[in-house]
Amino acid sequence: MTSTETPRTAMEPMLPVPYRVASRATETRDSATLRLAPAGQPLPPFQPGQFTMLAVPGIGEVAISVSGDPAAQDGLLTHTVRAVGAVSAALHGAPVGTPVGVRGPFGTTWDLPSAAGRDLLIVAGGVGLAPLRPVVLGALAGRRHYRDIRLVAGARTPADFLFASELTGWSARGDIDVELTIDQPAAGWGGQVGFVTEPLARLRLDPARTTAFLCGPEPMMRFSAQALRRKGMSADDIRVSLERNMKCGIGLCGHCQLGPLLVCRDGPVVSYTLAGPLLTIREL
Amino acid sequence: MSGPASVQPAVFGRDGLDRLVEVLLADGYQVIGPTVRDNAIVLAELESADQLPAGWGVDTGPGHYRLRPREDAAVFAHSAGPGSWKQYLHPPRRPLWSAGPDGVFQPAATASPRYAFLGVRGCDLAATGILGRVLGGGQHRDGAFAARRQGLFIVAVNCTEPGGVCFCASMGTGPAAGPGYDLALTEQIDGSGHWFVAETGSPAGDRILAEVPHRGASPDEARSAQAEVAAAAQHMGRDMPRVDLPALIRESRDSPHWADVASRCLACANCTMVCPTCFCTTTEDVSDLTGDHAERWQRWASCFETDFSYVHGGSVRQSGASRYRQWFSHKLGTWHDQFGGSGCVGCGRCIAWCPVGIDITAEARRLTDLAGETGNAGENRE
Amino acid sequence: MTEQDTELARSPIFANLSPAELDLVSAAAHQVRYPAGHRLFLEGAPARGCWLIHDGCVALDLTVPGRGRVVVQTLGAGDVLGWSWLLPPYEWHFGAVTAQPTTATELDTELLRRLAGEDTRFGYGLALSLFEACVQRLQATRARLLDLYRSPDDQH
Repeated sequence: MTSTETPRTAMEPMLPVPYRVASRATETRDSATLRLAPAGQPLPPFQPGQFTMLAVPGIGEVAISVSGDPAAQDGLLTHTVRAVGAVSAALHGAPVGTPVGVRGPFGTTWDLPSAAGRDLLIVAGGVGLAPLRPVVLGALAGRRHYRDIRLVAGARTPADFLFASELTGWSARGDIDVELTIDQPAAGWGGQVGFVTEPLARLRLDPARTTAFLCGPEPMMRFSAQALRRKGMSADDIRVSLERNMKCGIGLCGHCQLGPLLVCRDGPVVSYTLAGPLLTIREL
Repeated sequence: MSGPASVQPAVFGRDGLDRLVEVLLADGYQVIGPTVRDNAIVLAELESADQLPAGWGVDTGPGHYRLRPREDAAVFAHSAGPGSWKQYLHPPRRPLWSAGPDGVFQPAATASPRYAFLGVRGCDLAATGILGRVLGGGQHRDGAFAARRQGLFIVAVNCTEPGGVCFCASMGTGPAAGPGYDLALTEQIDGSGHWFVAETGSPAGDRILAEVPHRGASPDEARSAQAEVAAAAQHMGRDMPRVDLPALIRESRDSPHWADVASRCLACANCTMVCPTCFCTTTEDVSDLTGDHAERWQRWASCFETDFSYVHGGSVRQSGASRYRQWFSHKLGTWHDQFGGSGCVGCGRCIAWCPVGIDITAEARRLTDLAGETGNAGENRE
Repeated sequence: MTEQDTELARSPIFANLSPAELDLVSAAAHQVRYPAGHRLFLEGAPARGCWLIHDGCVALDLTVPGRGRVVVQTLGAGDVLGWSWLLPPYEWHFGAVTAQPTTATELDTELLRRLAGEDTRFGYGLALSLFEACVQRLQATRARLLDLYRSPDDQH
């Protein structure tokens, strides 16, 4: 009986490419930023908004948004990982040198270039700041293409802000407006206390010339989008980053469905025109 | 009496079917076909056509499946068994890769057998095409599936006796097999004999048929076969309501109907296992005790699993109602958005193998009524 | 109209006022400017005064034994500081202190309460506006209660 060997190339979408942890930086008590270096050939460069599937052999694989500088040419991949499960905990604690399998980059992008000539409003909730960091870096690198750039970031407590020193640096720049706000009262914090929608409501926006990029827990994105719609923004100009259970990341396993969308393929970045109605349906 | 393969339709007798299986085996195919096992028609590897379920038919209804002996020796006079051809193209379990301490990922060596499927109904043939679009039509392809499908030889069978749960006609997938077969047979059996009217659909089909003694069908024989198949389309026991299902489903997301189904549905996942187009999989990682050697396997999954939609410490779809809604809405509605067509082929397996007899066509009809689009509750023969 | 009048007219709290009513309110309002760290009122004190914040940041605080002074909310441009003057027992529930240099229009709430009592239409419009601000604040507070950024480990 004849048979054919499945060619290695046909397996590629599910076969991880070997990388190693090149550096690890603690962000908060449960988040760390890993920089991954390819053991051999690097994967294609990523665009802001995309994610990779990170594999820890024997434990599992998770979808993690890329949080690095899109302009970096060093072939390293940057991911900010929060320990919320077995795989993410393993990644979060991985020391330098740990082998990690990477597949990707996958998914849709924030499409920053389409917002050229407009005001940018970047709204982050909690670890949602990580997938948005490439947007901030990309916007600052191409500063002259955009009008006003505003970052509004909410976190549970002051110690929970990601990229703390970078946030300080951005706050000190004159070409980007940074507002930080915390949910929980905290001693020693002289800044804003309130949900992230509160600074949003206070913004003086030009709704017709603003593009908003939202990332964070789903209710936070919904409330924020509602606040922006109340200020006259069109849902078309609001982009959200969705998250669902992913086993393959390539549109073959069926897990990441949200109604008609396959979040790994039609997302994670989706216009609020499309996402809004879907996010209001319970248990969709 | 071998005639040129170009004479079509062709006719051969029951012994011709034996010869067909021999030819396929000699050509290096692993022949898969229906057999009787465990009181059901089960797909299995065939060494000869003797293993076909000659003289067996089935009684099917919601939550009901029984074999029954027939008065003739027909081999294909039964409708969909609990297994579908997807288990051979998209196996329930297969290894993906292994990794050692060196951090190198080795793809699993998977041999892709050359299968010949004998007895594929129109519904199942359409299902194979649908799986091809899902697993092979996107930006990323399932290479293992593609390799298995590429080597596939399909002998389709046109149905002349619809089963009790079948509704292929209203889904546009049967009872005549659509394009995609290498050979299509219509079984004819009566007092005067037992023969098959055959048509080829590919050069491979031509080549195989040429090895089987046959003659050209007479116009009467050809006409009679076609007429029986056409008549079968009029005798379906049930049908899917002819409404815009994707739109209906979009409008029905908050329908009270889902709670009603949930009061009956056990979320047992039978429907997803027997459905010939359900394709969801999950991955499993295993390692040895040292942790140095790890493997990743892929296995079938079901949207009815409680942790199928797990994210952020809990599942998005926790209630049974939301999970049934997901399966139904995906199969008949959002499949169109994702893959450009319906996911349902009307084989009726989900109806027969549902332990509580939930009928997807009846649920669609109920949703339609609730949405006020039709006043006709529809008649379904049980 | 003065710039103050324009600010008042733009503020959603006075969206329903007629120009005459607006003049009346404006006559009893004045601009204030505070440096950072200026205490406007303490929790428990009689509630008098209402501020339409133009610029800056005001912290609402409370003293909790053992924790000291806790800031539960900050307000900024466009927010209304002070609602307790409208409802008995007319006492502040929280304290307010500027966290940054702040400019605002301070309103005479004795006047507002008297006007609201005399003219129920005016009163209804005023109450509705304050109610809307309150609802927005409540929704944001409920969002904070959801503790959306917490780790799944913390939720059981």
